[in-house]
Amino acid sequence: MKELLQVKNLSVEFQSDAGKIRAIDDVSFNVKPGETVCIVGESGSGKSVTSLSVMRLLEYENGSIAGGEVLFENEDLVTKSQEEMRKIRGNDISIIFQEPMTALNPVFTIGRQLIEGIQQHQDVSKKEAWDRACELLRLVGLNDVPVRMKQYPHELSGGMRQRVMIAIALAGNPKLLIADEPTTALDVTIETQILNLLNELKEKINMSIILITHDMGVAAEVADKIVVMYAGKIVEQGTVYQIFDEPTHPYTKGLLQSIPSDTDKKDRLYSIKGTIPSLNDLPQGCRFHPRCEFATDKCLQSEPPLLQENDREVACWNFKEVLKEKVKL
Amino acid sequence: MTTKEETVHQDQHPLEKSNILIEAKNLKKYFPVKGGMFNRQKSFVKAVDDISLKIYEGETFSLVGESGSGKSTLGRALLRLQEPTDGSIFFEGQDITSLKKEEMRKIRHNMQVIYQDPFGSLNPRMKVTELIGEPFRINKIASGKELEKRVIELMELVGLDPSRRNRYPHEFSGGQRQRIGIARAIALNPKFILADEAVSALDVSVQAQVINLMKDLQRDLGLTYLFIAHGLNVVRHISDRVGVMYLGHLVEVGEVEELYKRPAHPYTSALISTNPTPNPRAKREKVILKGEIPSPSNPPSGCRFHTRCPLATDRCKTEAPKLVPISEERSVACHYPLV
Repeated sequence: MKELLQVKNLSVEFQSDAGKIRAIDDVSFNVKPGETVCIVGESGSGKSVTSLSVMRLLEYENGSIAGGEVLFENEDLVTKSQEEMRKIRGNDISIIFQEPMTALNPVFTIGRQLIEGIQQHQDVSKKEAWDRACELLRLVGLNDVPVRMKQYPHELSGGMRQRVMIAIALAGNPKLLIADEPTTALDVTIETQILNLLNELKEKINMSIILITHDMGVAAEVADKIVVMYAGKIVEQGTVYQIFDEPTHPYTKGLLQSIPSDTDKKDRLYSIKGTIPSLNDLPQGCRFHPRCEFATDKCLQSEPPLLQENDREVACWNFKEVLKEKVKL
Repeated sequence: MTTKEETVHQDQHPLEKSNILIEAKNLKKYFPVKGGMFNRQKSFVKAVDDISLKIYEGETFSLVGESGSGKSTLGRALLRLQEPTDGSIFFEGQDITSLKKEEMRKIRHNMQVIYQDPFGSLNPRMKVTELIGEPFRINKIASGKELEKRVIELMELVGLDPSRRNRYPHEFSGGQRQRIGIARAIALNPKFILADEAVSALDVSVQAQVINLMKDLQRDLGLTYLFIAHGLNVVRHISDRVGVMYLGHLVEVGEVEELYKRPAHPYTSALISTNPTPNPRAKREKVILKGEIPSPSNPPSGCRFHTRCPLATDRCKTEAPKLVPISEERSVACHYPLV
C-alpha cells in the first residue's frame, strides 16, 4: 500500500544554554492510510518531539529541524512555510494532547469553539457550521448535543472534554490524527471509551493515527505498528505482534518485562537498571549500553544502525542473543 | 466519639486486636459545598461516606477506583491529615479520632506518607541531606555527626549514592526523587505508610525499581502499606488485599488474586476488564461502562453505581446495598453479586 506519511532521517535540535541539543536523531518511519502507529518510550525518549516536528510545531518551542524529510502524500513538509503549514494543520493533519482543559478556551462555549474550528477550514455559513458541529459531537459519542454546544469546558468531565477535542480535531476531515498521550490523564474506564472511539473513527472515516504513549498496554490495544524510541533514537520497529511476541531490542524487552503481570506475582519485578541518560550527556557507542544486560565491547565503541531484519527494524548489535531468550508475558 | 462498647469489643478479641494496625469505623468525611445567594451552604460532597475498614500489620492494602471515588480522602482521613466528619479511627487499638495535636504528633512518627509528585513535595532550596535529615531535626532525635551518619544510612537503604547528599532535588531524576521521598518517610522507623499514587508518575522501568524497593523495605522493616493507585497491574503485583471504591463507598474488599480473578461487584468486574493488558491478542470481552462517575455532590439514589451498572434492577434504584461478607475473605456491596 502507498504510504501516507514518510518520515525520513529526521533530526531535530534545540538551542540551550549548554549549546545545541539533539532531541531526536535520524528517525525514520512510515504511516499507511488507515493505519495506527504507536510511538512508545519513556519520558525524554523524543516521542513527543517527533510528533511536534511532523506538525512543524516545534519551531514555536525553540527547536529546529536539523535534517531529514517529512513526506506527507509525497510533499515535504520540512520545506514548507509556516503559512502553508497552517493550511495543512487541521485539514490534513490534526493533533490532540493529553490535557484537554488547557487546549480548550475556558471562556467560550464548546459550540463556539467547534464552529470556529470548522469555519477556519471550510467556507460554510454559520448554520451549516452549527449542524456540522452537532454531527461531530455525535460522531465522538456525546449525548444531549444541543445542550453540550452551549456548555463551557469546565462544565464537562475530563472524558467529555477529550471527546470534544477529538471532535475539533476532526472538523477539517484530517487524513492523519496525531494523539499525544490522549488518555494518560483519564481513568481506566474512560480510557477504554476513548481508545474504542479512536478505533471506531479509524474504521468509519479511514483515518491514520499516530498515537504517542508510554503505556505498552495501550499500544497493545490499538496499534497496528509500534515504534520504540529511546533517548532520541528509534531502537526498534515492527508490527504489534512482532514487538510483543518477539522483542529483539533489549530495551523493548525490558519495557515489556517491567510490566507487573499476574504470573510473577510473588517474584521481584524485572527492572531495567539505571535511568534514561540526559540528551546533553549521552553515552558513547550504543545509547542504551550502560543499562543493557547484553552489552559487549562493541556496544561501548560504536552505535548500532537501525538494521532491516525479517520485515522489521532493530538497532542492536546483539539482537540474535536477545532473541534467544523468550519473554514471558 | 469513642463508645464504651467499642472498647469492650476490642478487648474481647485480643488476637484480632494485636493484628489490626489501623481501623476505621463508620468513617465519614463530608466537604460542604457553598453556593447560591449569600454563599449559603447548599449541600455536601460525601467524599468518604460511612466506611469501615481494617488494615492488618505487615500487609499491603490497596485502594482502587476512579478519580472522585474518595480514595485519597479516605487515606488522608485515616492519618487525620483531613479531620473526619464522623466515625472513629483506631491505630494499634488506640482511638486516635479526637487526640490533641501534640499527642497526634507523637503517633505520626508511626504513620508516614509518600506522595505522587516527589518534586512538589520536596523543597527545591534544600539539599538532599537536609531533606532526609529533616525528620530527625524536627523531632530533635539526632544532630551533627550522628545526623549525617543517619542520612548516609538512609540513602544507602533506598539505593541513592550518599556522595550526592549535598546536591539539590532538581539534580535527581524522577525515580531518584521518589527515593528521597521514601527515605524521608522511613526515617523515623514508622509502622504504617500511606503511599498515595507513589509510583503513578514514574516511567515503567523506573516504576519497577521503586516497587521492588518498597517491597524490600516492607520485608526488612516490617512496614504496613496503604497503597492508593489507579494502575491496576501495579496494584495486583504489590497488594495482599484490595478495596474498591465508588463515589465515597467501599463496594468490594477482598484478597487480591481472588478479587482479580472472580470480581463480585459489577463495578470491580468492569474496572478489571477495561485495564489495558500488554497482550495484543487478548481480545477479552470488555465490560464498557456507560458514561462517567456521577458528581459526588449529587450521587444517585439507591446503589450509587446503578446508573452505570449493566445489571441494575428497580431494587438497585431505591435500596442501597450494604457491604456484607460473602466469604471469609470477601465483602461486597451489591444486591446481585457475581460470585
